[in-house]
Formats: sequence, C-alpha cells, structure tokens
Amino acid sequence: MAINTATLKGMRPAPREIPHTVSPGLWTLAWRRLRADRVGMVSLAIVVAFLILVLLSGTGIIAKDWSKEVGTNYAPPSFIGADIEGGTPAVPGSAPATAAPGAETLASTYRSPVVDPIGDVIAELKGGKPADAPAVAGESKTVDPLADVMADIKKDQAAKGAAEGKSVDPLADVMADIKAGKGTSAAPAAEARAATLPFGGDKWGRDVLKKTIKGSETSIFVGIASAIVATFIGTLFGALAGYYGKWVDDAFNWFYSVFNSIPYLLLILAVAAVLQQKGMLTIILILGLTGWTGVFRLIRAEYLKHKSREYVQAADAIGASNNRRMFIHIFPNVSHVVLVQLSILVVGFIKAEVILSFLGFGVPVDVVSWGSMLNEAQNELILGKWWQLVAATVAMATLVTAFSLFTDALRDALDPKLKGLAGH
Amino acid sequence: MAIEPATGPLVRVRDLRVSFRLDKETLFEAVKGISFDIPRNSTVALVGESGSGKSVTSLALLGLLPPENTIIHPGSRVEFDGRELLGLSRAELRDMRGADISMIFQEPMTSLNPVFTVGFQLEEVLKLHMGLTGSKARKRALELLDEVGIPDPARRINAFPSQMSGGQQQRVMIAMAIACEPKLLIADEPTTALDVTIQKQILDLISELQKRHQMSVLFITHDLSVVGEIADYVVVMRHGEIREQGSAKAVFENPQDAYTKALLLCRPQLERRPVRLPVIEDFMQGPGPAHLEERPRGIAPSDPIILDVKNLGKSFYSREGLFGKREFKAVDNVSFQLRKGKTLGVVGESGSGKTTVGLTLMRLHEATTGEALFEGRDILAMTPQQFMDYKRRIQIIFQNPYASLNPRFTVGQILIEPMTIHGIGTSAQDRTELVFELLHKVGLPEVSFYKYPHEFSGGQRQRIAIARCLTLKPDILICDESVSALDVSVQAQVLNLLQDLQDEFGLSYIFISHDLAVVKHISDEVMVMNEGQVVEVQNADELYRNPREAYTQRLLAAIPKGWHAS
Repeated sequence: MAINTATLKGMRPAPREIPHTVSPGLWTLAWRRLRADRVGMVSLAIVVAFLILVLLSGTGIIAKDWSKEVGTNYAPPSFIGADIEGGTPAVPGSAPATAAPGAETLASTYRSPVVDPIGDVIAELKGGKPADAPAVAGESKTVDPLADVMADIKKDQAAKGAAEGKSVDPLADVMADIKAGKGTSAAPAAEARAATLPFGGDKWGRDVLKKTIKGSETSIFVGIASAIVATFIGTLFGALAGYYGKWVDDAFNWFYSVFNSIPYLLLILAVAAVLQQKGMLTIILILGLTGWTGVFRLIRAEYLKHKSREYVQAADAIGASNNRRMFIHIFPNVSHVVLVQLSILVVGFIKAEVILSFLGFGVPVDVVSWGSMLNEAQNELILGKWWQLVAATVAMATLVTAFSLFTDALRDALDPKLKGLAGH
Repeated sequence: MAIEPATGPLVRVRDLRVSFRLDKETLFEAVKGISFDIPRNSTVALVGESGSGKSVTSLALLGLLPPENTIIHPGSRVEFDGRELLGLSRAELRDMRGADISMIFQEPMTSLNPVFTVGFQLEEVLKLHMGLTGSKARKRALELLDEVGIPDPARRINAFPSQMSGGQQQRVMIAMAIACEPKLLIADEPTTALDVTIQKQILDLISELQKRHQMSVLFITHDLSVVGEIADYVVVMRHGEIREQGSAKAVFENPQDAYTKALLLCRPQLERRPVRLPVIEDFMQGPGPAHLEERPRGIAPSDPIILDVKNLGKSFYSREGLFGKREFKAVDNVSFQLRKGKTLGVVGESGSGKTTVGLTLMRLHEATTGEALFEGRDILAMTPQQFMDYKRRIQIIFQNPYASLNPRFTVGQILIEPMTIHGIGTSAQDRTELVFELLHKVGLPEVSFYKYPHEFSGGQRQRIAIARCLTLKPDILICDESVSALDVSVQAQVLNLLQDLQDEFGLSYIFISHDLAVVKHISDEVMVMNEGQVVEVQNADELYRNPREAYTQRLLAAIPKGWHAS
C-alpha cells in the first residue's frame, strides 16, 4: 500500500502545479457585477478622478500655491471677463490699463493663456476680436446679470478716474490696508495681478479653482480618514460584542447607548473642546470617535448571526481559536458590509466636515476646505461674487452624489441576495 | 356546483417547455417538453431529485413563474378542465388559484403569517374566495379546522402559528388550501420538514381529504417511498425530462427505466442491508449494482469501548420574571457506550435532544452534568488546553453542507487549516500533498483544491466536509444528520463513502438522524431518544425486529413502507 501511494505521488505532478483556472472569489464576482452597472462605473470614474486630484494636490503637484494672491481682489472668472472696478488696482502699473476702455480684452488676451487652459475657447465664445472692445461689452451683458449695473458704475468711475481706487466694496479700504501691510512684508515687488482668474478669485485674489482643489483635498482626506477610524472602531467593537455576547455584549451596548444618548453636535463640540487645538487631525479624531455607532450596531448584528452558523461551529470543532474564528473565518464573510458602511460613512463625514468648517469648528483658518469656502462665500454673495460658492458647491455636490451612487452600486454588486445571481 | 363534463383528465399538460434566462446570453432549459395528465379524483405523484424540474412544473401550472426571466415555449399547453391556462392574465389566474387550484408548501412556518391568528387567516381566505363574512366565515373555519384534525378547534382558532407545532401548522395550511373546495390540490413536499410520525398523519389526512372531496392531488416529492402509500399515478422526472410514468403499481412493481429502478433501490431499506448501497451510476451505465450481499451488523459485548458516556445532561436556561430562571433539559441523564470501529445510530424526532448530545460531546456546548470517558479520561472535565489534543480525535460532520463550509475559503484552504492548527504535516508542501490524497479518497478531482464551495453540489460539499474531518485523522466521527439534506442518490454515495472510510480506518461513528431507514442501514447499535432521554439502546437488527418500548414501536410503524406494504 505504501509503495502504491509513493508511486502515485511520484507520478502526480507537484501539487501546486496542477493546471487549474482561478475560481472567481467574492471580490472578482462583485467587480464583474459592478462593471456591468453603468451608473456605478460612471460614478466610480468620478470618484477616482477626485481621488487622483486629491493625490496630486496632496503631493504638491497641483494647487501648491493656492494661497498665493495671484489675482485682483474678487477677480471674476475669465469666462465672464474682468470688472473694471472689481479689483482694487493694487498694482499701480496696471492701473491706467484698467482704466482704459479696452482693459478687459487686454487682460484676457495677455494673461488668460497662462493661467487659463480654456481661455481661448472663452475668448471665442465672447466672439470679440481683441480690438473689438464694444462688442465684448455687449456680449458680456448676456453672461452677467449684473453687467448693466456694473457698466453704469464703470462709467462713473471712468469719469472720476479709477486710479483713486474708489470702489463699491465697502470693505475694500480695509482690505487695501491689510494688503498694503502684507504686500510689504511678503512680496516686495508685487507681481502683476491678473484681472481675471479661471474660476475667479476670492477676497484676497486667490485662485478659486486652486482653492477648490485644495479644499477637495482637505474635505476628502478628512472624510476618508475619519470614516476609516470610525469603521475600524465600530467593526472591532461590533465583532467583540457580537461574537462574545453575554457580559461583553452588555458592556459594549451600555457604552453605545450612553454614547448615543448625547446629541451628536454637542458631542462633537465637547470632543473638540477636550482636544483643544484645531487641526485636521483633531477633526478626523472627532468624526472618527463619534461616528462609529452605526457601524457597531450593524457589525454586531452580523456577528451575532454568523457566530452560530455551522461553518463557525465547524471551525470550533477543528480547534480554531476565538480570534481565528472572529477575524479569519467570520470577518471575510461580513467584510462586504464593512466596505459598504465605510463608503456610506465617507459621504457622511465629507458633509460633516463641511458643516463643521462652515460653522467654524472645523479646520483652522490657514487650511482651506469646502466648508470654509462656503463660509467665506456667505459674505461674498452680498457683493454678487458668486463664483467661490458655485465652485465649492459644484465640487461637493458632484463628489457626494457620485460617491452615493457608487455606494449603491457597490452594495448591489456585493449583496448577492438583491441581485439573485451569485452563490448556488 | 355547476354541471360539468366529467370526461377527460382534469389537467392535461402537453409538451411543456420552460427556460430561464440566466443572463443576457445563457438560457437554462429547466423543463424539456413534458406531457402528462392528472385524471379526475386521483393522486398523481411527481417524483424527482433536485434540479429535475418538478417544482418548476407545478409553478407553471399555477402561473407562478416570474415572468421577467421565464420563457414558456409557444408550443406548450396546460389545460385545466378544458381551459388553456398559459395564456390567462394574472387576474384570471389569481381567481383560479383561489377557487379551482390551491397549493400547500414545504415549510408551514414560513407560509403562515406569524402576526395573525390562524382563524383570521382562514377567514380571510373564505372572505376573498367564497364571500363568507362574520359568523358564517367563523363557522366554516371551525369546521375546516375540525376536518383537518386540529383538536379543540373552538379554542385553537385564536392561536397564533407560533403557538402550534409543525404538524398542526401544516394542518392549518391544508385547511386553508381546501377551504374553497378546489378541484386540484398541489402539495409541494408537504411532509419533508416534518418528523416521521407527523409525516404519516399528514399523508393519511391528504389521502382522506382527496377521497372525501373528490379532488385531484398533485403530490410533489423527492422521496419515492412516501409516494407508494398515497399515489395512484407516478411521474418520475430527471433533468427536466420525464423518465417514466404510469400507474403506481406499474412503476413500483415493474419499473422500466433504469433511473426509476435506481431511485427505488438506492434508498436504504429496512428489510435489506447491502454491503454497498446501489447508486444511480450503477444503473445508468455499467452492469448494475454489485456488492448487494447482506452486511452483518451488530456489536458483541467483547468489542472494546472507545467512548463511555455516563449521565450526560445539558440544560438551557431562559429568564423568567426579574430574577427567575426556567430550566429546559435538552439532554437528561443520557448514558451509552460507543464501541471501537462500530456505529452507534441515534434516532429521535425533532426536539429529542439527539443533536445536543453530539454538540455536547464535541464541547461546542458545555455539558451541565455527566462525564464522557475517552480512553479512560473525562473529556468534559478537561481544560480547553488539555481538550485540544482530544478535539482532533473527535470530529463532526454537520447537516447542511451549504452552511458548514466557509464560503470565502477555497477547498484547499478549508482542508489545510485544521492541519495548520494542530501541527499535522511538517511543511506547507507536505500538507498540500496530504490534501490531494484526501480529495482522491473522498472522490473529488484534484482541481477542487483551487475552487470555492459554491462551485460544488450538495453531495460534493458533504465530501469536502468529510475530508476536512479526515485531515485530523480522528477516531470518532459524529455525523449530525449528515445525509438528511441530500438527494436520495447522493445520499447513497455519501453513505457508501462513510462505510468505506470506516472499513479502511476503523473509525467509530455516532450517526444522528431522524431517518430510521438510513440509521438501520449504517448502524451496529441504535439508541432511540425522546424528549432528552434515552428510550432504549439495542443492537440495530434486534431493535427493528423487536422494539421493546411503545415509543419505538410507534416510530417504526410510521416509516413509509413504499409500495410493498400497501
């Protein structure tokens, strides 16, 4: 018999080299299902595009100099064209040019190719040859609802002499002072400032597009990082409570109930107060430490369900330890729930970060996020400077919608019961 | 009732072809052009294993197939009382379903709504289809409950489904099904989920009602032995085709088709115990079954004892009131001995505590009282560390092969894991080699190593589960209803495998099952349990020939006898 087996072994190819097709596991199957879902794939592409943006901006490849004041105050988006009064002409050299009737086209022809990739298109849209100044003014009327008013003001100012720097902005004087202070300390010879920026400028003439990219970085990073923290805590607690049951479960449930009985915002403020200093890390901790409860309930229920399944009993029978059963046997079977929860939390926490920063409990002033942009936009709207609001809102809405749709697609792809396709 | 032409069969199925759309390209043909009749006032049994298309056929009759992914081929005809059913609208079908055709399902627990009383649910049916309301509906509901044999119907009519036993729930389902005096009752595996004694009662009830109401019954089952007692006609299906049909007498006494012959013979029988059970393949290809000679069974007092269980007890506690506890004795004072290399069969109805015995010996539950001496050492009193060595030597195979394998592990991972935990084999290479040998042993191809459990059928999965136990080279194998979830033909294969392994390795089995025929086939000694206690322990042959206790006698009397007994 022994000889027999030995010869058999010798004749058989080494076990690992047996020809076989790789059987698709859960993730492969889920990916196949996801790929068939058009909405899911489009939203995934958008989410990935945002993530790439975050990566590029995080490594400083793009939007590194977002805080540089490159444009005039409240420089309007290039596709609208520069206001004559809009920016206080902080740079004396450019003042006469601004005052001249053709300044607008000048600015766009000279500067937009540098900063604005779509400048040419916009120039075409405007339909004006550079020399054809009146035509441009006429065109811009249709774009900008405030153009008439502006035009009136412009005329006034042109008459008075714009060099005085008088403006409609009530804060402009103060700004000018601040700037003057800044200007002297930071950049001795302020470079020429653009009258328009691709998507406009903010109060200090910072590029809104770059700000939005940098803000995306902050918001998305905070959202993902805090979601990971919260999911980790929730999963760990849920696994322990659900698996061990009895007093362990009771203890976690009491903790959970106490935690959940505190109004959410107050809890966040309390944690913020305890952690003292403001910063990205703080806000990640705040959101992570307060947001685990939903995951906890869900994972606990999953573990309760799975621990009495026969495959776990079978693992017990072959002598697998508690940890092994909990994390090597059960966890892969609930990991899809964890992933979907993570995805839901990311969306929630991005919104939470925006709210916190909007209310001023979020990121510190020297960091930009969508929330702080929206906060700034409050005041700007009064002045009709809508671009910062639009930039932040569009970016946020796009990402959150795409992420939510992706989460739905992910859940459909991972939950075979909904589709009735997988398994046996 | 209106005057009807009582000519021709009640249901005429002609060339019924049903396909399912699996995805954009693939079609799966579940029923491949079958034709049969259901005559008036008779019982037709539709018999087949899983995947035979028998349930699809019944759903097609009822118009219950999901229209989104089902294609019924244009040539198909299903006539009910002369009326074509396949072209009917949903509303028309719904009316027919209530009044002319009704159905009972396998699981009464999930078919009844748990939040309404059974009386309410019965009256609802009467109101919808018969227009009965108020006291009239009440009166009729009471009559129906009385007719299906619910004791004290006036009181039980206000009970919720959960307050009734499984058998009573199935009776209520039957009462609802016959409430409107249907012409056709479709019973889809109505007794599969029930204990053998209850099964007998329900079968008697269905057959009695069929005669009294002069209706026709389409009885769908995988178990030919159940059919023998009640069917007038038998239709045997396999892979969407009809293999054989005819009167019950003809099919049972003189089966023409090889598959029918196989089905009749591969199920363990009480009278005979072949060395190897015949399997389908023996009939479909090859010369026919071999090794049909009788296998001797039984134990002698001189056989060495490997496991000696004394006064085993397991109680569960439920909270009652604020501080109170209520004790439920699942296993009470159970003692038995397992002989080396022999099989101890444990039989009992659900709730008898037979599964708890197995789980307690594995220490998947901690025992409340008693001891289990394994080679003289009490494994129930050991610390978990001490028990670890013994854990390897007692293994368990669970009932449901779909649930007992981790769906995220490949078969290779499933089989290597126990060896890693217990340090069997010196290297990964060594273990892999061992796994390949075991796969060979349980009759699975080597590529199985790389596959996931969901790519296997039920019988193959049970082989994987058996291989997992064998990796540890156990001395005792507990089989907890290990073949109950399998088709008859697969059951025979797995039973043969277990027998081969016992012959080769001298394993000792504790074989837990509710199926007395299977237990008779595989056991040397049989222990009958009821309500947590041992009723009697006997040599297998002796127990089936001369049961001492009244309970055992009742249990044996309820076994479906197939055709020969009736």
